[in-house]
Amino acid sequence: MISRREFLQASLAASTILGASGLSRWSRAMAQQSLTQDQLLAFEPLGNVTLIHITDIHAQAMPIYFREPEINLGVGEAKGRPPHLTGKAFLDEFNIKPNSPDAYALTYDNYVDLAKSYGKMGGMDRVATIVKAIKAERPNAILLDGGDTWHGSMTALKTNGQDMVDIMNKLGVDAMTSHWEWTYGEERVKEIVDTLPFPFLGANIFDAEWDEPAFEAYKIFEQNGTRIAVIGQAFPYLPIANPKWMFPDYSFGIREERMQEVVDEVRGMGVDLVVCLSHNGFDVDHKMASRVKGIDVILTGHTHDAVPEPVLVGETIMIASGSNGKFVSRVDLDVRDGKMMGFRHKLIPVFSDVIEADKEMSDLIASSREPYKAELEEVLAETNSLLYRRGNFNGTWDDLICEAMLEERDAEIAMSPGVRWGTTLLPGDKITMEDLLTCTSMTYGENYRMEMTGETIKTILEDVADNIFNTDPYYQQGGDMVRVGGMGYHIDVNAPIGQRISNMTLLKDGSDIDMGRNYVVTGWASVNEGTEGPQIWDVVADHLRKIKTVDLKPNDSVVVTGA
Amino acid sequence: MTMTRRDALALAMGGVAATMLPLPALADASADAIAKFTGGAAAGEGGLTLTAPEIAENGNTVPISVDAPGATEIAVYATGNPTPEVATFKFGPLAGSQMASIRIRLSKTQDVVAIAKMADGSFVQAKSTVKVTIGGCGG
Repeated sequence: MISRREFLQASLAASTILGASGLSRWSRAMAQQSLTQDQLLAFEPLGNVTLIHITDIHAQAMPIYFREPEINLGVGEAKGRPPHLTGKAFLDEFNIKPNSPDAYALTYDNYVDLAKSYGKMGGMDRVATIVKAIKAERPNAILLDGGDTWHGSMTALKTNGQDMVDIMNKLGVDAMTSHWEWTYGEERVKEIVDTLPFPFLGANIFDAEWDEPAFEAYKIFEQNGTRIAVIGQAFPYLPIANPKWMFPDYSFGIREERMQEVVDEVRGMGVDLVVCLSHNGFDVDHKMASRVKGIDVILTGHTHDAVPEPVLVGETIMIASGSNGKFVSRVDLDVRDGKMMGFRHKLIPVFSDVIEADKEMSDLIASSREPYKAELEEVLAETNSLLYRRGNFNGTWDDLICEAMLEERDAEIAMSPGVRWGTTLLPGDKITMEDLLTCTSMTYGENYRMEMTGETIKTILEDVADNIFNTDPYYQQGGDMVRVGGMGYHIDVNAPIGQRISNMTLLKDGSDIDMGRNYVVTGWASVNEGTEGPQIWDVVADHLRKIKTVDLKPNDSVVVTGA
Repeated sequence: MTMTRRDALALAMGGVAATMLPLPALADASADAIAKFTGGAAAGEGGLTLTAPEIAENGNTVPISVDAPGATEIAVYATGNPTPEVATFKFGPLAGSQMASIRIRLSKTQDVVAIAKMADGSFVQAKSTVKVTIGGCGG
């Protein structure tokens, strides 16, 4: 009698083999210059249940470049464990050949050359083709959106998220959960939710005053006679990481005991499979999977990790489907007698030049862009540098944004939020207003200018660092380190809060930061109500129009130890 | 745990007395206060559930709850506050359950400690770290 755990492990091995053979097929295909849609979608069906997962699209309806992180440190138990592997270590872990399509999609190495070979990724019209193909084979497949869908582009900002709502409705989403959606304000969220043809799930969204559940926690689906509970988990730290004043009536939090209660409730109703559609972030979900009993599958989001194989935690499998529409996960499950007996998974890379665009979706996207076309396409400058953001410390986009703030606002130090969204441009690309907005658009983009003491600056750095490098995942918020311009520092990621940051130096004169002196600091994305200043994209656009060409120097102002 | 509004109101009107115990801040005020409650007896583990957020959404009003079936009293301490005693809940023999919810103010990141006195006079303890952070920079 094979135990369930052994069966899962056997299935995982099979999944690995499938992944590996898929890869070798791609390599040959590339050698023949013939990567095809059929190969990307190839999947031997398994069992009786199919889940389709997409998450953290950040309103990227169009194909984009998105360079995966070069630095993505894990701390504590997560150190060196997926997804905290980059470059060669990532390729080795998953048996991916350097310079292969998968290497391009999943890692940063040799990014510019590979981007030129393989082209852009994503595009919701390509995603629509993939979803349709899966549904043609498995008509009752459940399509689940992990959130961070309505925010992140100029058109989303202009339409208060409506363009993405229309796109996702057309795509046929069956349930979603949320994070940046809330930055349109609670009234707008409620207005949209009232129109959605599917539930907006969040077991952990509570009424702040009465401390009781405020949104649907789960929905039960039926697929080929199997009953599947999908439980939603919204981003736990919304009122801390984003402006609480925009959704004052709601409280979030991990609420592990609540998750257990909901799992027990649906199990008590006799469902065959329990799926958690989560925006916790990978490490938080990893810990939750080890403590909450009875979840079969966690579809994890928020931290933008693309992991090509399921990660097993006890009897729970975790699926991480990347970001920006670069990937769609298909998970087939064999569910019998209320037990998950096996699974097969594929992280389908959305190569925009290989996957055919779905005409209806292309038309919808084009019509949503039409009113803003001239603004979107305004060319601000050209870049000679690779522009990217993702990584634990400064990306080149952040260096550019900080440079713009320092010069346009006449400040000594600039701070830019360590968000993980923001797409990539290649050397030689023109920078359009739309490109700039993929890295800056938000509903609280005011670029403030104020005085702060050296001590306050250190407190901010320490606080944000602890939100990333706290060894207990439940205390991590899932962003990256705040980006800093005009100042250098050292960080020991393994030290406790208050002791990570040292050697703070004002770059313009090399002086040590004086804890007691006031510095003129400029930044954006403050969570405080009433922040004043021009919108950050206008500040950066002004700067780009002046300089015309972006040529960034290498930035070695942050020295990382303890990694 | 989940408490409905009805439960909370019933609890507030039922056989539970919440007593605030303001005392001047001492150097090791929380240890002293706890020793006063337990009479110096060691507190065991288990049988007491303390539910608190990992990170406070608003340090000025942090919802916490305690639940200790069979307890006669549950005391709550914010160990990092100038005045660590938050509340002591006393449960009479007619109390239907021994649980309570309260919102507390936390001046900074600290451990919240709950100690329950059981019917046999023994004590159990539960602890939870609540981080109070300046926020910003979500991914």
